[in-house]
Amino acid sequence: MSLVEKGTLAIRNGRIVDPVAGTITEGGMLIRNGVIEAFGDIEHGLFRRSDVVADAKGALIAPGIIDVGAFAIDPAAATAGGITTSLLMPDQSPPLDNPALIRQAASFPSDAVSIVPIAAATRGLEGREMAEIGLMQRAGAVAVSTGRSWIADSGLMYRLLAYASAFDLIVMTHAEDDGLTKGAAATDGEMASRLGLPSAPAIAEAMAVARDIALAEETGARLHFRQLSTARAFDLVRTAKRRGVRVTCGVTPAHLLLSEQGIGPFRTFARLSPPLRSEDDRKASIEAVRDGTVDLLCSAHDPRGPEAKRLPYASAEPGMAGAETLLTLSLTLVKDEVVTLPRLFELISAAPARLFGLDAGRIAQGAAADLILVDEDMPWKISAEALAGRAGNTPFDGLPVQGRVLKTIKGGQPLG
Amino acid sequence: MSDAPTEFALPDGVHPFPHRHLTGIAGLQPWEIGFLLDEAEQWIALNRNTSKHDSRLAGLTQINAFFENSTRTLLSFEIAGKRLGADVVNMHAAQSSVKKGETLIDTAVTLNAMRPDVIVIRHDSSGATGLIADKVDCPVLNAGDGRHEHPTQALLDALTIRRRVGRINGTVVVICGDVLHSRVARSNIILLGTLGAEVRVVAPPTLLPSAIERMGAIPYTDFDAALEGAEVVMMLRLQLERMDGAFVPSPREYHHFYGLTRERLGRAAPGALVMHPGPMNRGIEITSDIADDLQRSAITEQVEMGVAVRMACLDVLTRARRGVEGWA
Repeated sequence: MSLVEKGTLAIRNGRIVDPVAGTITEGGMLIRNGVIEAFGDIEHGLFRRSDVVADAKGALIAPGIIDVGAFAIDPAAATAGGITTSLLMPDQSPPLDNPALIRQAASFPSDAVSIVPIAAATRGLEGREMAEIGLMQRAGAVAVSTGRSWIADSGLMYRLLAYASAFDLIVMTHAEDDGLTKGAAATDGEMASRLGLPSAPAIAEAMAVARDIALAEETGARLHFRQLSTARAFDLVRTAKRRGVRVTCGVTPAHLLLSEQGIGPFRTFARLSPPLRSEDDRKASIEAVRDGTVDLLCSAHDPRGPEAKRLPYASAEPGMAGAETLLTLSLTLVKDEVVTLPRLFELISAAPARLFGLDAGRIAQGAAADLILVDEDMPWKISAEALAGRAGNTPFDGLPVQGRVLKTIKGGQPLG
Repeated sequence: MSDAPTEFALPDGVHPFPHRHLTGIAGLQPWEIGFLLDEAEQWIALNRNTSKHDSRLAGLTQINAFFENSTRTLLSFEIAGKRLGADVVNMHAAQSSVKKGETLIDTAVTLNAMRPDVIVIRHDSSGATGLIADKVDCPVLNAGDGRHEHPTQALLDALTIRRRVGRINGTVVVICGDVLHSRVARSNIILLGTLGAEVRVVAPPTLLPSAIERMGAIPYTDFDAALEGAEVVMMLRLQLERMDGAFVPSPREYHHFYGLTRERLGRAAPGALVMHPGPMNRGIEITSDIADDLQRSAITEQVEMGVAVRMACLDVLTRARRGVEGWA
């Protein structure tokens, strides 16, 4: 019996990254009807009988990236960055706070990227009344989130976590105590002092993390910190995990590669939320990736045009276009021997899939053929103007980097 | 004219001021600061004459774009421009389309299209002046941007110190007050540090920037301790709305711990100079008997130096467009 029929794609001469098994093996892949039919050491004759045979020329074949917590639907950026599944933040206009809006977002018509919505935890994301999170889960939401801000009301957060635990829904929170961060545009430190920027102490993050961990521990709920950036916050997560608290966290490459020095002089593309931190916190973030405290890497993709960024620093909106550079920048962790290559792919595909219950992020017979071909050594230069997505607000403009997505395959279809 | 020496001499073959704009003191070499101070000396002399006119900026247009309210700084820049013969135009935020939602860059592009020869900018947001400087074809002079910098204030303070104390290098200067929100403090810390002064900053911890020691200033919370051996005491204005419990419990409490009184001044070096960028809150950060003591207070002299320093900056920054030899 032949495995190959009409509509098949064969990729040969690749190195297959299996992030679940933690292996890289030379071989090829057969894709039919949008799913992986066979992979590994495939009989030569099968390649010849496929409709399309692509030579990977030694490139990595890995699961497509699952990006947790993008602020915009941006298929062009996703494809350029190798992202095949994007978990969309509820911070849309209007906020994703009812089942109809969740259904609409989940059925976003794109052949390039699956949009998986995250529901607003509170109505209008205002942090006052719980939204219909159970119904939104039924409508397709895989988590609920406090959005860009923290819920200051501890009583509401307690009830939210308790309620969400009934649905085993992850509550994804932004970790900054806004009593401290209100009005701040930077973290306390040398740059904020020199530039005269309103700033807040970095412990604003640890304070939010400490409270939310305590509430999650009390309620037994699942808690995910969308992105953390400080040594103290990672310490809290590390010890909470040891106690068995169901807490996870993400981090962005920007916070692993840049410190507060990156904001000078008044570079609004480096205005992020949470803000870029001290060099010590940056190093602690890398250590948290190394020791497994960090569960996943995410882009926090937030494309912003000049109307939001060509402003005085404190008036500019925070956020960066990160989808296209997520993998490339993360590969520096492999070069610096912080993580192995399979582990890196786990952090950007298998781990988010497992955490949010998605049928993606794995190489297996019958699994969806959401794949990327990657040359992990290819040198190129990040250029804000050349980014394919909706905006070029990257703090890495002009940076020479290594490693690039050669091809993104979504549901068996090569894109671009 | 003062015969005070310039502490850091211009190296051979180096241009005395190679900058297109003056957006801050940060990044200036000591001899560049010294050069501006030296240039200002001639204008002090001119300003004391009955006839105060020079025509070197004749035919040039100077726009004072003030996005934040100001009386004394605006007046100082206007007088400085007019005494040099420039056509001076003032744009106030209250009259501008900024209030109608136009972005700062759009406003800058509009101003630029009117072909000014120099733009003086004040804005309430840190970094705003630099943002505009990148978008216009003429020199830009920062008249204060948010909490960031106020370079001409630091220059006029330095000129005042240089003339009254005789030097800046090695001078112990205490800056007391709302350092956190003060562009005057930041520019002064950088300038005085660059010229070799010892700068101490004093404030309650709520009004000190988080990493002020990284800028080279020595932080104190005890005013009396900071005053030991001080040759210059620079008081900062504290906005009244910051004394209502958010940063400081009350004006009374602030005065008790951080107000400059005759008794407290006795802890400083004999004859220590008292300065204030104005406008003063009399009876809060400074008592009237000190503010009005001409032997100790240089407050009115600071205002006089301000005009001279701004004339020097306007002259130097427009030299390239005026085709002055060695500057084109």
